[in-house]
Amino acid sequence: MLQAIRTFFFERDVLEVETPLLSQASGTDPQLDFFSTVYRLPPIKQPLFLQTSPEFAMKRLLASGSGAIFQICKAFRNGEVGRFHNPEFTMLEWYRPGFDLADLMDEITALFALLFTEHALQATQRVSYQAVFKHYTGLDPLVFSYVDYCAYALANALPEAISLCGNDQALWLDFIFSHQVQPHLGRQALCLVYNFPACQSSLARTHSKDSRVVERVELFLEGVELGNGYYELTDVTEQEWRFNKEAHQRQQRSLPASVKDERLLAALSAGLPDCSGVAIGIDRLLMLVSGRSSIRDVLAFPVDRA
Amino acid sequence: MAIFSTNEFKAGLKIMLDNDPCAIIENEFVKPGKGQAFNRVKIRNLKTGRVIERTFKSGDTLEGADVVDVEMQYLYNDGEYRHFMVQDTFEQYQADSKIVGDASLWLKDQDFCTVTLWNDVPLAVTPANFVELSIVETDPGVRGDTSGGGGKPAKLDTGAVVRVPLFVQQGELIKVDTRTGEYISRVKE
Repeated sequence: MLQAIRTFFFERDVLEVETPLLSQASGTDPQLDFFSTVYRLPPIKQPLFLQTSPEFAMKRLLASGSGAIFQICKAFRNGEVGRFHNPEFTMLEWYRPGFDLADLMDEITALFALLFTEHALQATQRVSYQAVFKHYTGLDPLVFSYVDYCAYALANALPEAISLCGNDQALWLDFIFSHQVQPHLGRQALCLVYNFPACQSSLARTHSKDSRVVERVELFLEGVELGNGYYELTDVTEQEWRFNKEAHQRQQRSLPASVKDERLLAALSAGLPDCSGVAIGIDRLLMLVSGRSSIRDVLAFPVDRA
Repeated sequence: MAIFSTNEFKAGLKIMLDNDPCAIIENEFVKPGKGQAFNRVKIRNLKTGRVIERTFKSGDTLEGADVVDVEMQYLYNDGEYRHFMVQDTFEQYQADSKIVGDASLWLKDQDFCTVTLWNDVPLAVTPANFVELSIVETDPGVRGDTSGGGGKPAKLDTGAVVRVPLFVQQGELIKVDTRTGEYISRVKE
């Protein structure tokens, strides 16, 4: 599979790159817990972090004029273990200067057609977050109504959602999407969900025509989330503002403080070309290609045996 | 009592939920790549036997339940309560019919069974997987019948009724699977 992926990108003139797994800066996303270690070079003692994804380093390459690039590497997310999670996993990430989100979705579709040869997938579905959310729940994800959401939770045997999510729209969306929407997505076909609500923006650019949504796409197959892509945010001020907001959220939830990646911000201010990029979990992909039900089945040694 | 985090929820763990003792059946980690981590947990209420699903934020905690399974010998039925005894300590427990439930169909004096105790009070009784009981009533079989074919109902000394092959006779001792209520074989005394 790795070979097929590499050939796919070589044929499209996308350069394979390698960036450090250990970084002086950490991810800031409050939902991602990073591993940290200490770099010892007496008298220096400096914290270093294992990447949660190669995004920042690859964006620095893009800003320095690398052109289209891809990478297959390890990524690390602390505390994530389950049927679809292992704290150390393999990620494919690529960036396409000049691509918008639609171009990127075309390329993702082409890659999947190549990988699923034995059991060919049906035509890729593309659907907006709002449309798919409404379809399965009847709720509008862009217009948050606490009363409607509570009523929905009660009607669908999820009463715990009310105390768990409270007034937090992003949390409600995570809860309902992962319980009531995601399991239906991508039956025998890749499902690309795009235009996420702004509260789930992460590093995506705000949509030029509708500020309630961001240019983010997620990949689903057989109810499993396989990847996440953006029409990338290139605005350094906006990026720094989101960093600071996330750092503040971390503080509020008493999570380990993150170290803001100043080098990424410097690269952004030097100029990141307009581009789209996506990251795909290779282990989950392998799991689905080979028809397995747990990520453990495709790992030589899962974390409890590592 | 100990506190358990969702990360420690393993099949079989006993916890308190809504003031009832429950056992974890299954625990699935659900996490959107860029979102809140949840644990979707399948739980059996040990009092009612009902299975429910409940979602927690990952890292949330629940109190453990003091629930233990103890092997005991069934002693006798006094009409209202059934009495059980722990072999090693001679400690005795009593349980009413609500708690014993269908297990009563398979309990013979002196037999061993598992009594689930919650805060040292019986919560449920589970008979051994296989029990040997004698047939007190069944139609006489016809000579020449083999184990194939339809079978016939047979009433056992505990009151349970199971289907047995035609050749099995009244007064015989048979082995029964209590989980399915099915006849397994005859037992030589």
